[in-house]
Amino acid sequence: MEIIDYLGYPFIQRALIAGCFIALACSMLGVLLVLRRLSLIGDGLSHVTFGSVALGLLLNVYPVYISLPVVMASSLGILRLAEKGRIYGDAAIGIVSSVGIAAGVMMASVSGGFNVDLFSYLFGNILSINNTEVFSTAVLSAVVLLTIYMYFDEIFSITFDEEFARASGINTRKINSILVLLTAITVVLTMKVVGIMLTSALLILPAATAFQIARGFRNAMILSSVVSVISVVSGIMVSFVLNLPTGASIVLLNFLIFVTAFFYRTCFRTGHSQGR
Amino acid sequence: MPAEVIKALDLSHSYNSAEVLSGITFSMKRGDYVGLVGPNGSGKSTLIKLILGLEPPSRGSVEVFGRGHKDLTDWNRIGYLPQKINFFNPHFPSTVREVAALGLISAKGPARTPGGKRAAVDHALELLNIADIGDRLIGDLSGGQQQRVFIARALVSGPELLILDEPATALDPETRDNFFSLLSELNKQKNVSIILVTHDIGSMGKFASKLMYLDKKIIFYGSFDEFCRSDTMTQIFGPSSQHIICHKHG
Repeated sequence: MEIIDYLGYPFIQRALIAGCFIALACSMLGVLLVLRRLSLIGDGLSHVTFGSVALGLLLNVYPVYISLPVVMASSLGILRLAEKGRIYGDAAIGIVSSVGIAAGVMMASVSGGFNVDLFSYLFGNILSINNTEVFSTAVLSAVVLLTIYMYFDEIFSITFDEEFARASGINTRKINSILVLLTAITVVLTMKVVGIMLTSALLILPAATAFQIARGFRNAMILSSVVSVISVVSGIMVSFVLNLPTGASIVLLNFLIFVTAFFYRTCFRTGHSQGR
Repeated sequence: MPAEVIKALDLSHSYNSAEVLSGITFSMKRGDYVGLVGPNGSGKSTLIKLILGLEPPSRGSVEVFGRGHKDLTDWNRIGYLPQKINFFNPHFPSTVREVAALGLISAKGPARTPGGKRAAVDHALELLNIADIGDRLIGDLSGGQQQRVFIARALVSGPELLILDEPATALDPETRDNFFSLLSELNKQKNVSIILVTHDIGSMGKFASKLMYLDKKIIFYGSFDEFCRSDTMTQIFGPSSQHIICHKHG
C-alpha cells in the first residue's frame, strides 16, 4: 500500500485538513508568544483545558463547549494577574495552570476516577476527528489566522517593543487581550491533535525552529508555518503507517526538524544571532 | 493649530507613594529644541513617559498638540526614541527595514501604502547612513548601528515633535556629531520640535534653544545663555562650573 492510497481514507483526510489548520494557527501564534517570552502560556492554558474537559465529562457536556469559554476567561485572567498582581507573566501562568490541574484532578476524582475519554484528551487522537469537529476547527483556526492578519502591524509592534507601540498610539491592552484569546482558542483546538500534554510543543517548536534560520519577522512567520504543517502532515502519516501515537509522532518530528535547523545554524551560519 | 506643542500643568507622579515628579508646569512651542537634563533619578524619563501617556499622572494634566492623550489621534506627528536598555531583545528575528517601518504604524495617507512605506524607510535609513544594512537582522548589528536604526524608526514618519531619551548612547563621536547636526537641521529647516534627554549639559548649549534642568521639579527652564548667567547653575554645579560648562557653548 502506497502513501497515496492512505489519502483515500476519509478519516485520514479529516485529520490532515484539521491538522493543517491547527498547525498554521499554532505556528503563527507560537512566533509571537516565544518572542514575548510567553512560551509557557500554552502549557498553562492546556492545564486549564484539562480541568475544563474533566468538568465537561462530569456534566456530560461536549468538553469543547466548556473548555472554550473557561480557557478564554483564564487567558484573560493570566493577563490581568500579570498586569495588576505585582507578579511576572510566568508566575501568573503558574497560578492559573496549577489551579486548572487541581480542578481537573478533583473533578475526575468526584466522577469516579480517570476514564478513557479523559485520557484521549490528554494525549490527543486526531484520527478520530469527525466532520463537525473538522468544520469547527477550520472555522476557529480561520478566525485566529484572519485576526492575526488584520492586526499584524500592531501585533508585530507590541511584540518588538511594547513601550514604543504605546507611544505610537496603539491600544496595547486590546492587542494583548486579542493575543491571549487567540492562544486560548488555539490551545483548545490543539488538544484533539497532540493532546493536552503536548500542546505547548506545537506552539513552541515550529517557532524555535524558524528562529534558527529566519532572516526577518515575516520570514520567521512563514518558516514556522511551513515547519508546523510539514510536521503535522508527516506525523499523521507516519503514525498511521507505523501504528504509533499521532500526537507524540508530530511532536518528535517537530523536534527532529528543530535539531536539524539548530545544527545547520551552528555549523554553517555561526555569525547568525538567532535562537540563543 | 495651537502654538503649543506640549502644555503641562501641575504634573506630578509617584511610584509606590514616593513622589518622583512634582508640580511640573511648562509649555513648549513649535520649533523649540529643549535639552532635558538633571541627575540620575531626577524624573527625566518619567516626564517623557507622562508626556507620551505611557504613565498616568498622579496629579495634573498634559496636552500634546492641544489634546489630551485620549483625544490624540495624530500619533504619527510624534517620533520617540526610548532608552535602549529598557526594551531591546537582541535575539528578535527582525530586519533593519522591518524595525524602521514600525515608526509608520500610526501613519496616514500614502505612508501606509507599501510603496509609500518603502520610500519613507529608504529615506530614514539614508538620513542615518545605514541604507546598506537594511536587510540585516537587528541582533547582528553593533550597539551603535542598532541605535541608528532606532533613531531611523523615530524619524521615519517625518514627525513634528521628536522625543529622544539619551539618543547619543552607544554612538561613536563622529556619528554623534552627525546625528546632532541632523537634529539641528530638522529643527531649523523643518521647524521640528525636539526634547532631548541627556547628561551632556555642555553640548546642549550648541544645539538646544532651551534647557530644562529637572530634579523632581523644574529647577530651571529657559535659554542656555540665561542658564549660564543664572545663580541656579552655580548652586547646582559649583562656582567653577560656569567656565567648564558654558565654555563649550558655541
